Amino acid sequence: MNCLPVYARELRSYFTSPVAYVVMLFFLLLTGAFFMVFMSDFNMASMNQSPYGGGYNLNITLQVVRPLLGNMSVILLFVMPLITMKPFADEHKSGTMELLFTYPLSDLDILLSKFLAVLTLFLVMLALTAVYPVFMAIYGSPEFGTLISGYLGLVLMSGAFIALGLFISSLTENQIIAAIATFGTLLIFWIIQWTGTSEILRHLSILEHFNNFAEGVIDTRDLVFFLSFMLLWLFLTLRVLESKKWRS
Amino acid sequence: MIELQGINKSYGAVQALKGITFKVNKGEIVGFLGPNGAGKTTTMRIINGFIPATSGDVMVSGYSVENQPLEVKRRIGYLPENVSLYNDMTVNEYLRFVARAKRIPRSEVRAKVDRVAGQCGLSEVTSRLIGSLSKGYRQRVGLAQAIINEPAVLLMDEPTTGLDPAQIIEIRSLIKSFAGEHTIVLSTHILQEVSAICQRVIIINDGRIVTEDSLENLTGAASGGGNVMVKVQGDDAAARQRLAGIHGVVSVREAGRSAADNAVDFIVAVDAEVDVRRAVAEAVIGSGCGLLELRPIRLSLEEIFIQTITKNA
Repeated sequence: MNCLPVYARELRSYFTSPVAYVVMLFFLLLTGAFFMVFMSDFNMASMNQSPYGGGYNLNITLQVVRPLLGNMSVILLFVMPLITMKPFADEHKSGTMELLFTYPLSDLDILLSKFLAVLTLFLVMLALTAVYPVFMAIYGSPEFGTLISGYLGLVLMSGAFIALGLFISSLTENQIIAAIATFGTLLIFWIIQWTGTSEILRHLSILEHFNNFAEGVIDTRDLVFFLSFMLLWLFLTLRVLESKKWRS
Repeated sequence: MIELQGINKSYGAVQALKGITFKVNKGEIVGFLGPNGAGKTTTMRIINGFIPATSGDVMVSGYSVENQPLEVKRRIGYLPENVSLYNDMTVNEYLRFVARAKRIPRSEVRAKVDRVAGQCGLSEVTSRLIGSLSKGYRQRVGLAQAIINEPAVLLMDEPTTGLDPAQIIEIRSLIKSFAGEHTIVLSTHILQEVSAICQRVIIINDGRIVTEDSLENLTGAASGGGNVMVKVQGDDAAARQRLAGIHGVVSVREAGRSAADNAVDFIVAVDAEVDVRRAVAEAVIGSGCGLLELRPIRLSLEEIFIQTITKNA
């Protein structure tokens, strides 16, 4: 295993270009706006009830935490393709792939380095949203269990998004195509349950599996779903990298 | 050091390489020569493991490219035809990255980076972004990344394309300076490059090896035989008659006349492998003429190249 050099280079390349900052800016701007809306609605409801002794049907976990997690997951659906489009497509396009693949690195080394670099970028972005729970904890009493399972769900879901995004990035040398195709595929997996009442389709839906986490339920079925989704696309990416050699 | 055995490579229906077999010994500098599209880059990429051969075996330093690719890659430095580097890194950062990717221990990275930067004349630009460097400097960064792990084998694909004449000379002397430490295979379609750097030449055309020999043998420099150019001062008619009478001489042709020193150039065409130099000198002196110049005429690499690739086409 020799992942560190490529991992460090990859991560660095996000932060030396404007990509990471622009993506983070809009992610935080949007999630922050939703947080503010949910929080102020909740405050308004609390104030309206205060003359009557208050407290009826008021629950910060249900009224702020859960919708916030849900909205974050939707925003990630839009944002993740923008950070997964680059790793392979860019190296194909610029031709840097040729040298990279003549270094003593295995295909798996290269794949894992890139996967972990994108995941790290995502974790940095997600860590910055920790301000919201901090505010909630100061002015209310959210359930920490739900927050933890919700964030775990976001990490697993994004890991799955990244694996799919890397797979598509490895297929093309055009980053725009990679981003659009990734977004389209993710959207299909997101809404697949609407297409019918079939049990199988419902189990394939990312939304369905994420909702459990947002409700504070850590179910092994959901864990297995996200992990196998991730491994499937990583495995397929590895196959694409190998096939590049005999196809080119 | 490098051994290719019956390498075939097909891209779909197109067969790019047809049974390439050759061997490069330790410490040799071999010129891999051929017209564009002959299969030079494909062969290079097969040796360094970037693409696999359709059939055939490649061994580098005793390791099979197919079965032990990582061992082979540790021992190879590669300079691709169009060097693509990470433009968002500085030279220093890039070389450190390559050093780590090539598994140089962390403690030795700084020393190796300083060494190759010095060797390739990059010391002054180490803190500049690669994207802002001129083509000549980028090529040197390419060379630096290839040699940073002191590989046993150095593969260079057209190392001087796109450089200006001064840069070409610099890069060539740089490559020459690697001789001895590294076994070098250099692909090119520029013939002076081969005569300037290489000891041995492999000529490839249309996916086949058409000639493989030392530069000296190819140009006829090693054997004493071949045609002779002689410059004669004085009574050229007498000299000409005597020259024509030498055993083995087929014809004597006048190739030029200079009035200034009253001299005539003759080209003496000779039957294949007879060394007539001594007889020619004696004939000229015997005729009472002055012998101003006598030299064997060697085939230029251009002539050999054109002959071999047209003969085999």
